[in-house]
Order: sequence, then structure tokens, then C-alpha cells
Amino acid sequence: MSTFNNPLLEAKGITKYFGTITALENVDLKVHAGECLGVVGDNGAGKSTLMKVLSGLYKPSSGSLYFQGKEEILESPKDSQNLGLEMVYQDLALAGNLPIGENIFLGREPTKNIGFLKFLDFNKIKELTNAHLGKLKINVKSADQKVEELSGGQRQAVAIARSTAFNAKVVIMDEPTAALAIKEVGKVLDLINSLKKTGVGVIVISHRMDDIFSVCDRVMALFQGTNFAESELSDTSRDEVIGWIMGKK
Amino acid sequence: MEEKDNKKESLYLKLMPYIEKYGILLLLVLMILVMHILQPDVFLSWRNVTNVFKQISWQSMLALGVFMVIVTAGIDLSVGSIMMLSLMVLAIVAKAGAPWFIVVITPLIAGFLCGLFNGAGITLLRMPHPFIMTLGTLYIFRGTGNLISGGTPISGFTDEVRYLGHGRIDLTWLGLEKSQYLPVSLVLIAVVYIIFWFFLNHSRTGKWIYAIGGNPSAARASGINVNKILIIVYSLCGFLSGIGALILAGRTDSGYPNAGLQSELDAIAACIIGGASFFGGRGTVLGVFAGVMIMGILRNGLNLMDVSSFWQQVLIGSIIVIAVYIDVLRRDLGTRK
Repeated sequence: MSTFNNPLLEAKGITKYFGTITALENVDLKVHAGECLGVVGDNGAGKSTLMKVLSGLYKPSSGSLYFQGKEEILESPKDSQNLGLEMVYQDLALAGNLPIGENIFLGREPTKNIGFLKFLDFNKIKELTNAHLGKLKINVKSADQKVEELSGGQRQAVAIARSTAFNAKVVIMDEPTAALAIKEVGKVLDLINSLKKTGVGVIVISHRMDDIFSVCDRVMALFQGTNFAESELSDTSRDEVIGWIMGKK
Repeated sequence: MEEKDNKKESLYLKLMPYIEKYGILLLLVLMILVMHILQPDVFLSWRNVTNVFKQISWQSMLALGVFMVIVTAGIDLSVGSIMMLSLMVLAIVAKAGAPWFIVVITPLIAGFLCGLFNGAGITLLRMPHPFIMTLGTLYIFRGTGNLISGGTPISGFTDEVRYLGHGRIDLTWLGLEKSQYLPVSLVLIAVVYIIFWFFLNHSRTGKWIYAIGGNPSAARASGINVNKILIIVYSLCGFLSGIGALILAGRTDSGYPNAGLQSELDAIAACIIGGASFFGGRGTVLGVFAGVMIMGILRNGLNLMDVSSFWQQVLIGSIIVIAVYIDVLRRDLGTRK
């Protein structure tokens, strides 16, 4: 991977306080196009907080974000989406009562005008959904199926499809395999690998060394809200990374 | 054996959406049949059918408003009080001698503002649950209604003001008799329900209302301004209660302190019977209409048969419990865990 290029997304000196609690202190992060960065750390190390800062859900107390070399201030998830920065949440952030297609386009539904009124364009939603799922080789019975009828792996696939439906440049995934049956993990990891090939920068937060070592190019560890260690994947080992999680070098 | 089970499950999954969509209509048709058999001369007569629609006219507005709120997994206990306050405002403006087109608009504005107050309280004051905010405004709005009217009825409106609740569309040009008229309120119900059906199913805001009920954090993460949508929903609920007040003004020709007392519970019951889920995100406009109709027909039919109103209460209560039990079964079977 071309780590010599400018990073697609870079965070510098991110600090986040919640009242008197310091969740993140002076954290740096960068990811390049077509690269997968693994972020590891124990519970409470600040991984989720960092991701929420990157997705615009939290405003950092200090520090700055650069996207394609330009400083950006994210006020809401809408801002990060507009940049092409997408998030796949651990709890999947899908509405189970809505069909697959409407979940993928939730908040960004295509509409058609009839007179001065705007109506949802269900045909277009279906058409775009089928095309996009086909491109990612995700198999579901129908785009009209409700998400609550899907298996965990299928839901994760829909969540990833959702994040990449709008020319995403960076996709951030929070524990993408945590809720899955073993046989479904492989499919999701394949999906991440094929995303990388399309030039998307991927950030994967995971506890699972198997995930990190099968899709990531680089791994960084957070410990108690700070950068603890970072390495190209080829220069480290599982045992070393596990040590970082526990705060040992 | 396992294959057989799978087959059974897939058949169930195939039927599921239809049961969810049209099962309640089946119940409605069944009820109409039973009532028709029990009261063959009266029940389906023109006079009685229009009577049922006139009776449910204002309740159907409250139920539709509460339904939207329930879809967001919220609740509005104040609709009856909003309707009473809007009715009192209308009565006072009418008595002050304002022209009819101003009188007609006042309850709509009053209702909308009450709903806006609810929505703002729930979102901006970050009330732990809409139940608390709307329980508070249930008292506040009714108290305000009594304060501005002195707690006494105000009667006597002009025909224009009474038109939506009391008006008749003459059908003699179709060769029907003079007594076979169409109540204006029936047309109003149809128009309002169709508009809101379009709004909820074919607009982005409508879709977001369902998404918020399904998973509010998903909606928020999708960049949807959840608070704004909730404020819109509660405001529209208040607006519909205002329409209810206008209909009631026409029907009763009076603003009175007990207007809409406990009608919030009828509205919630109609939604639940109609298949709306308290967990949010589930239910249809058609279902709510069926729920309102079922309650209206039950009351009407039992009245025709001279059954005491105590039995009516027991029956309506039983239907609520059964309907919700069906909802529980549906959740158990319909979703994968």
C-alpha cells in the first residue's frame, strides 16, 4: 500500500473530554486510499469515542481533522457523509422495520417531483439497491425484505452496503464481526477486502486478531485514551498486538 | 422434519406482510357481518351508517394524530385536552363576532400551537418520556380552556362554522331520497386520511417518522434531525386535534368544558386495535381507520341491541388486550433473534 501518498483522512491531536473524564488525549490517526487501518484497544481505551469524533457525532474538545489534505470541521454526521466519510456502527444502525433498500438510502432517499410535491421514488430505490448489492456480491432474497428478517451477517452486509452506496472514500467499521456467526465472518471480511480494492480507505475497530490480521495493512493501539503503539502489519505479530491492548510493549 | 419446519416458516413469512396489512380489515368486515345478522333492518340502513361516521368523525382525527406519535414510539395523552382548548378558543372567537373564516382557522392554529408546545417540551427540555410531558399538558391545556371560558359552555355558532361537522351533501340529484345525504364530516375524514396516508408512506419526512420508531439511533446516524421530526409529529397531532375541535363544534353547536374528556384513551385504543405497535415503527393509516371503525361500530351495534354501556367498556377493553397479544405473538414469530 502506498503509505507515501498523502493520507486520505488524518486526525491530529484529538482530545475529547466528557465533563471531568478524559476520553481521548492528543490522539493521531491517518488512513490512505485503498488501505485498511486496524484500531485495537481494551474496553474504555477510547476507540468508539474516536470513531464518533471522525463521524461527526461528537465534536472534539481540541484537535483537527484533515480530509484529502484540507482541514474540515464536522458539525453532524451529515457533514462527514457529505465528505464521503461513512460509519458502520456496532449496533448496525439499521431500522429493522424498514426494507433493505429504504435502509440503504435512509436520510438520502431519491425523490421525484409531482407538481410542487416531492414523493419518494420507490422504483429508483429498488433499482439502485439491486445494482449496488450486485456490485458488492451481497445476496438477499429481495430489496423489499425487512431488515429484521435478515441474519446477523446479512444485516452487517446491508450496513456495509449502506455505507458505500454514496461514493464513500473512507469507511469506518466498529466491530464489524462481533455479532456474527462464525460462518458469516468470512463473508464480511471478504467484503472489506473487496472494498479496499475499489480504493476506499477502511478503518476497522476490532477485538478479534483474526479480523485484524486478515484485512488490515496497518494496526494502531489505543491505551487509556492515548496513542500507544502503531505498526505495519507485516512488522508485528498477534502476540505483540495483544500485548499492546493490555498496555505492554 | 427440519425441512418441513422451514417450509412452514417460509409460508408464514410470506403470509406475514398480508396479515399485518389486511388482517384488521378482515376483523372489521367480520364485525359488520355479525352486526348485520343481529340487526338486519337497522344496522346497514343509510341512516345508521351515516350516524356511525358522524359519531367517529372527531375521534378519527385524534386517533390519526396519536397514531403518528405512536409510530415514533411516543405517546400523546393531551389530545383530548388540546381539542377542548381549541374548541373553547373557537367558541370565544365566534362569540366575539369574528367572521366565520377566522373562526374556522382558530382551532387549527390553537391545536397546532399546543402540539408544538408538546414537541418542544419533549425535545428541548429533554423529558425522559413523552408520557410525562403530555400528561402535564393534559392538565395544562384543559385548565387553560376552563380559565379562558370561565368553565361554562358557550353555544351557538353560524352555519359556516358548523359546516364541517354538521353539513350535509345532498344526493337527491342521484335519484336518492332527501334523507339519504352524505355527511360532510365523512368526506373530511376521507380527505384527511388520504393526505396523511400519502404523507406517511410517500414523503421523506413520513419515512423518517417510521425510521425513528424503528431505531432512533439509526435515524440519527443517518443524518436525520430526529428532534425536528418529533416536533413536526407532535405539532401535526395537535393540528389534527384542532380539526377534531372544529368538527365537534359543528356537531354539538357548543364549546363545553367536558369536551374530549378521556378521548385520548379512545384514540390510543383505536391505534392499538388497528395494529400500531407501542414499540414504534409499526402500523398503517388504514389500520388506524379500521381501529376507529371497530370501536365506532361496536358502540353503535351494542347501543342498537340495547346492551348496557358497561358491557361496551368490557368489550372494548378485551379487544385491546387481544389485539396487543396478537402484536406480541407477531413480534415473537416475525423477527429473527
